[in-house]
Amino acid sequence: MTAQEIYTKLSGKFGDRILEFMEEGTQNPTIHIKPQGSLPIFEYLKSEETLQMDSLMNLAGHDPEAESDLVVIYHLHSTELDHYITLKTFTSRETPKVDSVATLYRTADWHEREAYDLFGIIFEGHPDLKRILMEEDWEGYPLRKDYVPAEFYRGMRIEKEK
Amino acid sequence: MGALNHKFNENILITSLDKLLNWSRSGSEWYFQFGLACCAIEMMSAAAARHDLERFGAMPRSSPRQADVMIVAGTVTLKMATRVKRLYEQMAEPKYVISMGSCANSGGPYWQHGYHVLKGVDQIVPVDIYIPGCPPRPEALLEGLIHLQKKMREETILGGKENVK
Repeated sequence: MTAQEIYTKLSGKFGDRILEFMEEGTQNPTIHIKPQGSLPIFEYLKSEETLQMDSLMNLAGHDPEAESDLVVIYHLHSTELDHYITLKTFTSRETPKVDSVATLYRTADWHEREAYDLFGIIFEGHPDLKRILMEEDWEGYPLRKDYVPAEFYRGMRIEKEK
Repeated sequence: MGALNHKFNENILITSLDKLLNWSRSGSEWYFQFGLACCAIEMMSAAAARHDLERFGAMPRSSPRQADVMIVAGTVTLKMATRVKRLYEQMAEPKYVISMGSCANSGGPYWQHGYHVLKGVDQIVPVDIYIPGCPPRPEALLEGLIHLQKKMREETILGGKENVK
Protein backbone atom coordinates (compact mmCIF):
# COMPACT_ATOMS: atom_id res chain seq x y z
CA MET A 1 0.00 0.00 0.00
CA THR A 2 1.38 3.44 -0.84
CA ALA A 3 1.72 6.23 1.71
CA GLN A 4 -1.01 8.24 -0.05
CA GLU A 5 -3.42 5.31 0.28
CA ILE A 6 -2.59 4.91 3.97
CA TYR A 7 -3.26 8.61 4.50
CA THR A 8 -6.62 8.43 2.73
CA LYS A 9 -7.59 5.37 4.77
CA LEU A 10 -6.61 7.01 8.06
CA SER A 11 -8.31 10.34 7.44
CA GLY A 12 -11.46 8.50 6.40
CA LYS A 13 -11.47 6.69 9.72
CA PHE A 14 -10.16 9.33 12.17
CA GLY A 15 -11.19 12.63 10.56
CA ASP A 16 -9.69 15.75 12.14
CA ARG A 17 -7.17 13.81 14.28
CA ILE A 18 -5.21 13.31 11.04
CA LEU A 19 -3.80 16.70 10.10
CA GLU A 20 -1.86 16.66 6.86
CA PHE A 21 0.18 14.56 4.48
CA MET A 22 3.70 15.51 3.38
CA GLU A 23 5.39 13.82 0.46
CA GLU A 24 7.26 16.56 -1.39
CA GLY A 25 10.62 17.55 0.06
CA THR A 26 10.76 14.83 2.69
CA GLN A 27 12.81 11.67 2.66
CA ASN A 28 9.91 9.59 3.92
CA PRO A 29 6.22 10.31 3.22
CA THR A 30 4.89 11.67 6.51
CA ILE A 31 1.46 11.97 8.10
CA HIS A 32 0.98 14.62 10.79
CA ILE A 33 -1.34 13.63 13.61
CA LYS A 34 -2.65 15.25 16.79
CA PRO A 35 -0.76 14.36 19.99
CA GLN A 36 -3.84 13.58 22.10
CA GLY A 37 -5.90 10.50 21.26
CA SER A 38 -3.25 9.03 18.97
CA LEU A 39 -3.24 5.57 20.53
CA PRO A 40 -6.39 4.36 18.63
CA ILE A 41 -4.66 5.41 15.38
CA PHE A 42 -1.70 3.15 16.17
CA GLU A 43 -3.99 0.34 17.27
CA TYR A 44 -5.78 0.63 13.94
CA LEU A 45 -2.50 0.76 11.99
CA LYS A 46 -1.29 -2.37 13.74
CA SER A 47 -4.43 -4.48 13.59
CA GLU A 48 -6.12 -3.50 10.30
CA GLU A 49 -5.91 -6.33 7.74
CA THR A 50 -4.57 -4.21 4.86
CA LEU A 51 -2.08 -2.23 7.00
CA GLN A 52 -0.54 -4.63 9.56
CA MET A 53 2.07 -2.13 10.82
CA ASP A 54 3.53 -4.62 13.29
CA SER A 55 6.96 -3.03 13.68
CA LEU A 56 7.77 0.34 15.23
CA MET A 57 11.23 0.81 13.75
CA ASN A 58 12.00 3.99 15.65
CA LEU A 59 10.47 6.58 17.91
CA ALA A 60 12.38 9.83 18.23
CA GLY A 61 12.01 13.15 19.95
CA HIS A 62 13.03 16.28 18.06
CA ASP A 63 13.41 19.98 18.82
CA PRO A 64 13.73 21.91 15.54
CA GLU A 65 14.24 25.44 16.89
CA ALA A 66 14.45 27.31 20.17
CA GLU A 67 10.90 28.70 19.98
CA SER A 68 9.23 25.85 18.13
CA ASP A 69 6.97 23.02 19.24
CA LEU A 70 8.54 19.72 20.20
CA VAL A 71 8.12 16.87 17.76
CA VAL A 72 7.74 13.10 18.14
CA ILE A 73 8.44 11.02 15.07
CA TYR A 74 7.28 7.43 14.56
CA HIS A 75 8.67 5.15 11.85
CA LEU A 76 6.40 2.20 11.16
CA HIS A 77 6.94 -0.83 8.98
CA SER A 78 4.84 -3.83 8.11
CA THR A 79 6.94 -6.97 8.05
CA GLU A 80 4.04 -8.86 6.44
CA LEU A 81 3.12 -6.45 3.65
CA ASP A 82 6.45 -4.59 3.43
CA HIS A 83 5.29 -0.99 3.40
CA TYR A 84 6.43 1.97 5.44
CA ILE A 85 4.90 5.10 6.91
CA THR A 86 6.23 7.94 9.05
CA LEU A 87 4.03 9.78 11.54
CA LYS A 88 4.78 13.08 13.21
CA THR A 89 3.08 14.79 16.08
CA PHE A 90 3.70 18.29 17.47
CA THR A 91 3.29 19.28 21.08
CA SER A 92 3.81 22.56 22.92
CA ARG A 93 7.09 23.33 24.66
CA GLU A 94 5.40 24.33 27.92
CA THR A 95 3.16 21.28 28.40
CA PRO A 96 4.53 18.60 26.08
CA LYS A 97 2.11 15.71 26.39
CA VAL A 98 1.75 12.86 23.91
CA ASP A 99 -0.10 9.56 24.14
CA SER A 100 2.20 6.65 24.90
CA VAL A 101 2.31 3.68 22.52
CA ALA A 102 4.48 1.59 24.86
CA THR A 103 1.61 -0.73 25.69
CA LEU A 104 1.13 -1.42 21.97
CA TYR A 105 4.75 -1.60 20.81
CA ARG A 106 7.25 -2.84 23.40
CA THR A 107 10.01 -1.07 21.45
CA ALA A 108 8.49 2.24 22.40
CA ASP A 109 9.13 1.72 26.12
CA TRP A 110 12.79 2.76 26.18
CA HIS A 111 12.46 5.10 23.18
CA GLU A 112 9.81 7.09 25.00
CA ARG A 113 11.92 7.16 28.14
CA GLU A 114 14.80 8.53 26.07
CA ALA A 115 12.62 11.23 24.51
CA TYR A 116 11.36 12.08 27.99
CA ASP A 117 14.90 12.16 29.36
CA LEU A 118 16.42 14.40 26.71
CA PHE A 119 13.44 16.52 25.56
CA GLY A 120 11.07 16.40 28.52
CA ILE A 121 8.18 15.05 26.46
CA ILE A 122 5.65 13.40 28.75
CA PHE A 123 4.15 10.22 27.36
CA GLU A 124 0.78 9.72 29.01
CA GLY A 125 0.02 6.08 29.79
CA HIS A 126 3.65 4.94 29.81
CA PRO A 127 4.15 2.15 32.40
CA ASP A 128 7.43 3.47 33.86
CA LEU A 129 8.32 6.94 32.62
CA LYS A 130 11.65 7.92 34.18
CA ARG A 131 15.05 9.03 32.94
CA ILE A 132 17.03 6.40 31.07
CA LEU A 133 20.40 8.03 30.24
CA MET A 134 20.92 10.93 32.61
CA GLU A 135 21.01 10.58 36.38
CA GLU A 136 17.62 10.83 38.04
CA ASP A 137 18.56 14.04 39.88
CA TRP A 138 19.64 15.78 36.64
CA GLU A 139 17.97 19.13 36.04
CA GLY A 140 16.66 20.16 32.64
CA TYR A 141 16.36 18.38 29.32
CA PRO A 142 19.74 18.52 27.55
CA LEU A 143 18.76 18.17 23.88
CA ARG A 144 16.31 21.05 23.93
CA LYS A 145 17.60 23.94 21.83
CA ASP A 146 17.22 26.42 24.68
CA TYR A 147 19.01 24.20 27.23
CA VAL A 148 21.70 25.92 29.28
CA PRO A 149 24.03 23.57 31.20
CA ALA A 150 24.28 24.07 34.94
CA GLU A 151 27.59 25.21 36.39
CA PHE A 152 28.01 22.23 38.72
CA TYR A 153 26.66 18.72 38.98
CA ARG A 154 27.15 17.13 42.43
CA GLY A 155 30.13 19.39 43.04
CA MET A 156 31.79 18.65 39.70
CA ARG A 157 32.29 21.58 37.37
CA ILE A 158 30.61 20.92 34.02
CA GLU A 159 32.06 23.66 31.80
CA LYS A 160 35.69 24.51 32.43
CA GLU A 161 36.70 28.14 32.27
CA LYS A 162 38.42 28.94 29.00
CA MET B 1 78.59 -4.25 53.71
CA GLY B 2 82.09 -5.28 54.85
CA ALA B 3 81.29 -6.67 58.30
CA LEU B 4 78.26 -8.59 57.11
CA ASN B 5 79.97 -10.20 54.14
CA HIS B 6 79.89 -14.01 54.13
CA LYS B 7 78.00 -14.10 57.38
CA PHE B 8 74.78 -15.42 55.78
CA ASN B 9 73.93 -18.28 53.52
CA GLU B 10 73.98 -17.59 49.81
CA ASN B 11 70.18 -17.26 49.45
CA ILE B 12 69.91 -14.29 51.79
CA LEU B 13 70.07 -10.81 50.32
CA ILE B 14 70.45 -7.55 52.13
CA THR B 15 68.68 -4.45 50.92
CA SER B 16 66.80 -1.45 52.23
CA LEU B 17 63.09 -1.81 52.89
CA ASP B 18 62.35 1.08 50.53
CA LYS B 19 64.09 -0.65 47.67
CA LEU B 20 62.43 -3.98 48.38
CA LEU B 21 58.94 -2.49 48.53
CA ASN B 22 59.49 -0.35 45.46
CA TRP B 23 60.87 -3.31 43.55
CA SER B 24 57.90 -5.50 44.38
CA ARG B 25 55.37 -2.74 43.74
CA SER B 26 56.80 -1.71 40.43
CA GLY B 27 57.02 -5.34 39.32
CA SER B 28 53.34 -6.04 39.88
CA GLU B 29 51.27 -3.18 38.53
CA TRP B 30 47.96 -4.97 38.72
CA TYR B 31 45.60 -2.58 37.07
CA PHE B 32 41.94 -2.00 37.65
CA GLN B 33 40.54 -1.92 34.15
CA PHE B 34 38.28 1.07 33.79
CA GLY B 35 37.52 0.80 30.09
CA LEU B 36 34.91 3.41 29.29
CA ALA B 37 35.24 4.03 25.56
CA CYS B 38 37.47 3.30 22.56
CA CYS B 39 40.61 3.65 24.73
CA ALA B 40 39.53 0.38 26.32
CA ILE B 41 40.10 -1.38 23.00
CA GLU B 42 43.70 -0.13 22.97
CA MET B 43 44.10 -1.17 26.60
CA MET B 44 42.87 -4.68 25.76
CA SER B 45 45.20 -4.74 22.80
CA ALA B 46 48.09 -3.75 25.05
CA ALA B 47 47.23 -6.60 27.39
CA ALA B 48 46.95 -9.16 24.58
CA ALA B 49 49.67 -11.25 22.97
CA ARG B 50 51.36 -8.69 20.72
CA HIS B 51 52.17 -6.07 23.37
CA ASP B 52 51.81 -8.37 26.37
CA LEU B 53 51.58 -6.19 29.47
CA GLU B 54 52.20 -9.21 31.69
CA ARG B 55 55.91 -9.09 30.96
CA PHE B 56 55.95 -6.05 33.27
CA GLY B 57 53.85 -7.89 35.82
CA ALA B 58 50.81 -5.83 34.90
CA MET B 59 47.64 -7.85 34.75
CA PRO B 60 44.01 -6.77 34.50
CA ARG B 61 41.83 -6.99 37.60
CA SER B 62 38.10 -6.50 37.67
CA SER B 63 37.89 -5.68 41.35
CA PRO B 64 39.26 -2.50 42.94
CA ARG B 65 40.27 -4.49 46.02
CA GLN B 66 42.87 -6.49 44.09
CA ALA B 67 44.27 -3.62 42.06
CA ASP B 68 47.20 -1.24 42.52
CA VAL B 69 46.69 1.01 39.51
CA MET B 70 43.49 2.34 38.05
CA ILE B 71 43.68 2.94 34.31
CA VAL B 72 40.85 5.30 33.41
CA ALA B 73 40.56 4.54 29.72
CA GLY B 74 37.90 6.61 28.04
CA THR B 75 35.20 9.23 28.39
CA VAL B 76 34.20 9.85 31.99
CA THR B 77 30.59 11.00 31.97
CA LEU B 78 29.27 12.83 35.01
CA LYS B 79 27.07 9.83 35.75
CA MET B 80 30.10 7.54 35.68
CA ALA B 81 32.32 10.02 37.58
CA THR B 82 30.51 9.31 40.84
CA ARG B 83 31.21 5.60 40.33
CA VAL B 84 34.84 6.21 39.36
CA LYS B 85 35.37 8.08 42.61
CA ARG B 86 33.68 5.44 44.71
CA LEU B 87 35.67 2.60 43.13
CA TYR B 88 38.91 4.56 43.56
CA GLU B 89 38.12 4.90 47.24
CA GLN B 90 37.67 1.13 47.48
CA MET B 91 41.22 0.43 46.27
CA ALA B 92 43.82 -0.42 48.88
CA GLU B 93 46.80 1.89 49.47
CA PRO B 94 49.22 2.43 47.86
CA LYS B 95 47.17 3.26 44.79
CA TYR B 96 47.89 5.00 41.53
CA VAL B 97 45.82 6.40 38.68
CA ILE B 98 46.68 6.50 35.01
CA SER B 99 44.54 8.81 32.90
CA MET B 100 44.53 7.33 29.42
CA GLY B 101 43.54 9.37 26.38
CA SER B 102 42.23 12.86 25.71
CA CYS B 103 38.78 12.27 27.22
CA ALA B 104 40.08 11.22 30.62
CA ASN B 105 42.75 13.94 30.51
CA SER B 106 40.57 16.90 29.63
CA GLY B 107 37.23 15.89 28.17
CA GLY B 108 38.76 15.59 24.68
CA PRO B 109 36.25 16.14 21.87
CA TYR B 110 33.55 16.82 24.48
CA TRP B 111 35.34 19.97 25.67
CA GLN B 112 32.62 22.07 24.07
CA HIS B 113 28.93 21.13 24.17
CA GLY B 114 29.76 18.14 26.35
CA TYR B 115 27.09 18.79 28.94
CA HIS B 116 27.40 15.23 30.28
CA VAL B 117 31.20 14.79 30.32
CA LEU B 118 33.64 15.43 33.15
CA LYS B 119 36.42 17.69 31.83
CA GLY B 120 39.32 15.64 33.14
CA VAL B 121 39.29 12.79 35.62
CA ASP B 122 41.84 14.71 37.74
CA GLN B 123 38.90 16.75 39.02
CA ILE B 124 37.77 13.81 41.16
CA VAL B 125 40.82 11.54 41.71
CA PRO B 126 44.57 12.32 41.91
CA VAL B 127 46.22 11.32 38.63
CA ASP B 128 49.84 10.09 38.50
CA ILE B 129 50.35 9.62 34.78
CA TYR B 130 48.61 11.29 31.84
CA ILE B 131 48.77 9.52 28.48
CA PRO B 132 47.92 11.74 25.49
CA GLY B 133 46.26 10.43 22.33
CA CYS B 134 42.85 9.79 20.92
CA PRO B 135 43.06 6.91 21.51
CA PRO B 136 46.71 6.34 22.52
CA ARG B 137 48.40 3.38 20.87
CA PRO B 138 49.31 0.41 23.08
CA GLU B 139 52.95 1.57 22.97
CA ALA B 140 51.87 4.81 24.63
CA LEU B 141 50.15 2.89 27.41
CA LEU B 142 53.29 0.78 27.83
CA GLU B 143 55.36 3.93 28.14
CA GLY B 144 52.93 5.27 30.70
CA LEU B 145 53.24 2.12 32.78
CA ILE B 146 57.04 2.27 32.55
CA HIS B 147 56.98 5.89 33.70
CA LEU B 148 54.81 4.84 36.62
CA GLN B 149 57.35 2.12 37.47
CA LYS B 150 60.08 4.75 37.53
CA LYS B 151 57.93 6.89 39.79
CA MET B 152 57.31 3.97 42.14
CA ARG B 153 61.04 3.20 42.40
CA GLU B 154 61.76 6.70 43.72
CA GLU B 155 59.30 6.47 46.58
CA THR B 156 60.34 6.24 50.22
CA ILE B 157 58.34 4.91 53.16
CA LEU B 158 58.62 8.13 55.10
CA GLY B 159 58.31 10.51 52.16
CA GLY B 160 55.46 8.72 50.42
CA LYS B 161 54.71 9.33 46.80
CA GLU B 162 54.11 13.04 47.27
CA ASN B 163 57.87 13.74 47.28
CA VAL B 164 58.40 12.11 43.91
CA LYS B 165 58.64 14.67 41.16
